[in-house]
Amino acid sequence: MYTSKINIKIRDTILDPQGKAVEHSLKSLGFDSVTDTRIGKFIELKIDAKSEEEAKKITEETCRKLLANPVMEDYEFIVSKDGESK
Amino acid sequence: MNHVKAGIVVFPGSNCDHDVYNVFKNIFNADTKFLWHKDTSLGDRNIIILPGGFSFGDYLRCGAIAKFSPLMNEVIKFAGKGGIVIGICNGFQMLCETGLLPGALLRNDSLKFVCKTVTLKVENNKSIFTGEYGIKEEIRIPVAHGDGNYFCDENTLTDIISNNQIIFTYKDNPNGSIGNIAGIQNVKRNVLGLMPHPERASEELLGNTDGYRFFKSVAESLL
Repeated sequence: MYTSKINIKIRDTILDPQGKAVEHSLKSLGFDSVTDTRIGKFIELKIDAKSEEEAKKITEETCRKLLANPVMEDYEFIVSKDGESK
Repeated sequence: MNHVKAGIVVFPGSNCDHDVYNVFKNIFNADTKFLWHKDTSLGDRNIIILPGGFSFGDYLRCGAIAKFSPLMNEVIKFAGKGGIVIGICNGFQMLCETGLLPGALLRNDSLKFVCKTVTLKVENNKSIFTGEYGIKEEIRIPVAHGDGNYFCDENTLTDIISNNQIIFTYKDNPNGSIGNIAGIQNVKRNVLGLMPHPERASEELLGNTDGYRFFKSVAESLL
């Protein structure tokens, strides 16, 4: 069994108003060193695959077909075998 | 309007389906049917409407789950053969997710749900959806959405402008939409998506009839 940890966020070139709003709050709390804030979503999948390569391929396909919209989002993921720490 | 056979696709979470039904059935006396998203045939329908609402709770992304409903395959085939498909609000989001229309709808730049009547400009009155309006005519139509901020890349924007695909724009942009876009059609000119709700402004009883001519235009185009 493999676990895929997927991060999806709005393309860097697109304004992320939610990120901006949170950034303003961080600034008002005094976190002046924070220069950019982007908010996305995190999705975790458990995949019954024969190999890490297969699990990666399946994850890639889930992102492409459903989990992310290529018009406005970028995604990246890490796949690990269950029971192993990475 | 016996020649109009309207099919309104109902998804779990649709909430403007009855409003559109009312317009076709009671205002235009058209043959109007609801179609369940799990159906596998559009039957004899000659116009398909994807209504507003929150299909599948807007989970993941607005309209993203709806694109996998069995009936959507039929809607895509129908559109491919030149059939008229209209997506209103959540329906517009579905059309973008399925790729029947270019671009995507992002969260409003204000981060607020906007629910008010806005002024639209008719940018193209040669479309089958706007034949009853004047060019650059200003009309008042309600909007109600949290994710109506139309986005596409520069090349796509250039394309949709040069192909006259922009049908409606906002006079005062309520959501941050690129080019003030409120509604676009596809290249083949048989599929339209718009965020505003003409079905909420089509009879005297509701205090606004500016949306009536939208549906009249479509109905006339089927003659």
